[in-house]
Amino acid sequence: MPEVTYLEALKDGLAEEMARDDRVFVLGEDVGAFGGAFKVTEGLQQRFGEDRVIDTPIAETAIVGAAAGAAHMGLRPVCEMQFIDFISCAYSILTNYVATARYRAGLATPMVVRGPSGGYVRGGPFHSQNPEAAFLHTPGLKIVAPATARDAKGLIKAAIRDEDPVLYFEHKYLYRRIKEDLPAGEEVLTPIGQARVAREGRDLSIIAWSAMLWKSLEAAEKLEREDGLSVEVLDLRTLMPMDDAAIVATVKKTSRVLIVHEDTRTGGVAGEITARINDLAFEWLDAPVKRVCAHDVPLPYAPTLEDFVLPQVDDVVAAARWLAKY
Amino acid sequence: MAKIDVPMPQMGESIAEGTLSKWLKKVGDPVKRDEPIFEISTDKVDAEIPAPAAGVLAEILVQEGQTVAVQTVVARLETDATVSSQPSAVSPQPTAVGPTSPAVQPSSRPAVEPPPAVQPSSRPAVQPSAVSPQPSVVTPTPPAVQPSSRPAVQAPSSLEERLRTKSSPLVRKMAAEHNLDITGIPGSGLAGRVTKNDVLSFLEAGPKAPSPATQPPPPSPDGVRVVPGPVVEPWDGDRVEPWSRIRKLTADHMIMSRRVSAHVHSLIEVDYTRVAGLRSRQKAAYAERGVNLTFLAFIASAVARNLRKHPVLNACVMGESTVYRRDVNLGIAVALDWGLIVPVIRHADELNLLGTARAINDLGERARAKKLSPDEVQKGTFTITNPGVFGTLVGLPILNQPQAAILAVGAIVKRPAVVTAADGSDSIAIRTMGTLAMSFDHRIVDGADADRFLADLRKTLEEFPDDAA
Repeated sequence: MPEVTYLEALKDGLAEEMARDDRVFVLGEDVGAFGGAFKVTEGLQQRFGEDRVIDTPIAETAIVGAAAGAAHMGLRPVCEMQFIDFISCAYSILTNYVATARYRAGLATPMVVRGPSGGYVRGGPFHSQNPEAAFLHTPGLKIVAPATARDAKGLIKAAIRDEDPVLYFEHKYLYRRIKEDLPAGEEVLTPIGQARVAREGRDLSIIAWSAMLWKSLEAAEKLEREDGLSVEVLDLRTLMPMDDAAIVATVKKTSRVLIVHEDTRTGGVAGEITARINDLAFEWLDAPVKRVCAHDVPLPYAPTLEDFVLPQVDDVVAAARWLAKY
Repeated sequence: MAKIDVPMPQMGESIAEGTLSKWLKKVGDPVKRDEPIFEISTDKVDAEIPAPAAGVLAEILVQEGQTVAVQTVVARLETDATVSSQPSAVSPQPTAVGPTSPAVQPSSRPAVEPPPAVQPSSRPAVQPSAVSPQPSVVTPTPPAVQPSSRPAVQAPSSLEERLRTKSSPLVRKMAAEHNLDITGIPGSGLAGRVTKNDVLSFLEAGPKAPSPATQPPPPSPDGVRVVPGPVVEPWDGDRVEPWSRIRKLTADHMIMSRRVSAHVHSLIEVDYTRVAGLRSRQKAAYAERGVNLTFLAFIASAVARNLRKHPVLNACVMGESTVYRRDVNLGIAVALDWGLIVPVIRHADELNLLGTARAINDLGERARAKKLSPDEVQKGTFTITNPGVFGTLVGLPILNQPQAAILAVGAIVKRPAVVTAADGSDSIAIRTMGTLAMSFDHRIVDGADADRFLADLRKTLEEFPDDAA
């Protein structure tokens, strides 16, 4: 079985959908001849032609706007933001136009906006963001954030096939670090809206996604080794629509929940998950819901400061220990 | 103008509450950043707490003598105050904060760090509370499942009661389903909180509570069972002084120690003549480096060195196991006007005589000045107490739990003694002599272990090498 990286899995998923459905096309900055800043679209222009892998000006609003129009006309565009940080340049058209088109005008907008998110690469404040919270707050947008190579592939394919706009936040730290055996010829599709129990446990649950899944799994192993704790880890995979059933199931199982996300703490997605747990499973809680997130600051360039600001395995371990003790 | 909350600080791991012993500032007083504004006692430490920012002490929310949970707001500072005092803004609201606030709040600090109490203690569970029995008692307090039936204003309940009734939604639901009184279930959670697992194991064990007639007395908040003493009535003219926190902790600890350990005492006489000579030769040199060279420094240094060779004396009991400590952390008992405190020299075996003497000086001075940090009185592995400074010949100390041994240094005085010369002839000479008395826990230390250690200790002291001083 061929071992593929997270990045290759994403590229394979894109290529498979482009081959399967000629309405699918890619547009973005340097995605064509250059193959993308991180080479996610490398070789696609040669294979599918300049009409289906389009280099655009540096203008995120134009990329998203063109895609929205194409989607209305029946195509299936996939926009790349060179770094996901710059999705904020297209904030207005995404939230005011794309997210509301079905509601306002009955117009389907089946499009994907994807791009590299996240830190741990010394990228500083403009190249390390996790912008999910603002879009989670916008009705009309779906958001996925894969952690594994299988889901990188399965979710890009599902996002392309979805009838509504999907934001696909991939993690640049995982691009070449995460590898998985993905059998060639197998159709990998990850349903949008379904979380996955990445590790079974009894004593407490960690809810995470994207790069934080791996920090959480590492923490869970350490907690089992050093404290004898049985930690369940839930990989959310889709942030919106959120898999309430999976969240409630893990709360009922362990009664202690830690949410780990890489985005900053205040107004982050952990707050929303906590509120849902309060609404749906309050009486199953044996401890307050805790969260481990980035500090509320722009991400520093300095390696020591980046390490301090972003969640690390030991932060997760410490918070989990407190929860287990509570 | 901004108001800043001043919380009860977390004074070391596994400490959930602190007693505000004294206000050093009044409402309206201007304070500088880092200027001490109040004193607290936790466990055995008294510490002055500095202001987190410059400003004016605007509100005092916790009165002297009150014990509150860690992170409870005890005062508010007004920063950038241009008007130095505003009496109108100064209504103390003890009811709003004080004892009713949760003992363990989720941290309001940024992101990634949970309160230090989380960190698992690397110490095994040998604290007093783990040793003393914690009877599961159904007390006649109102059922915790109906907190709303309590009157809104009530005398503050004990910390333990508050923690136990502050149970999680799941535990309350389970308690209601099984008609249980949460206060009757032993809690294993943070600060004694009852958890889901506690309820489950309580249900499994069969919830047959002992009848009221056979109930053992309830544990005190410190986890030590209170043994009723004789009834005492003060006579005319007597002065009755309620125990301070440090007095109460000392009293409980001593009783607990007596009950827990099999105390045995061994005494040995040491000829300090050589040490006395070294000391008088080196005293001035040490003084030049700002260190007072005492007999205690020689003894502590010798003890630390010999503990390495006799690990069972640097140990403690955990359940039915013996924990041999890796580190040699020497506790040095310091008598204060207001009680007793035992600051600890960490890794004492790694210090030379100068370092040991300096550490003893430093810890003693800071203990008297209330400048010790809580960590500096924790994790001792062996304790030395020095009743000899008052002229006492022999003291037989109570073990400092959970340590296995404690050494009492008797008075060091010149006495006639028989000395044997190299040619075998005996004579009576004036020698500097003193007694070392050691109490040890016979559960893990046998007499021979203790006596071998004492013999080695005496040898080290009587042959103290010149170049070590």
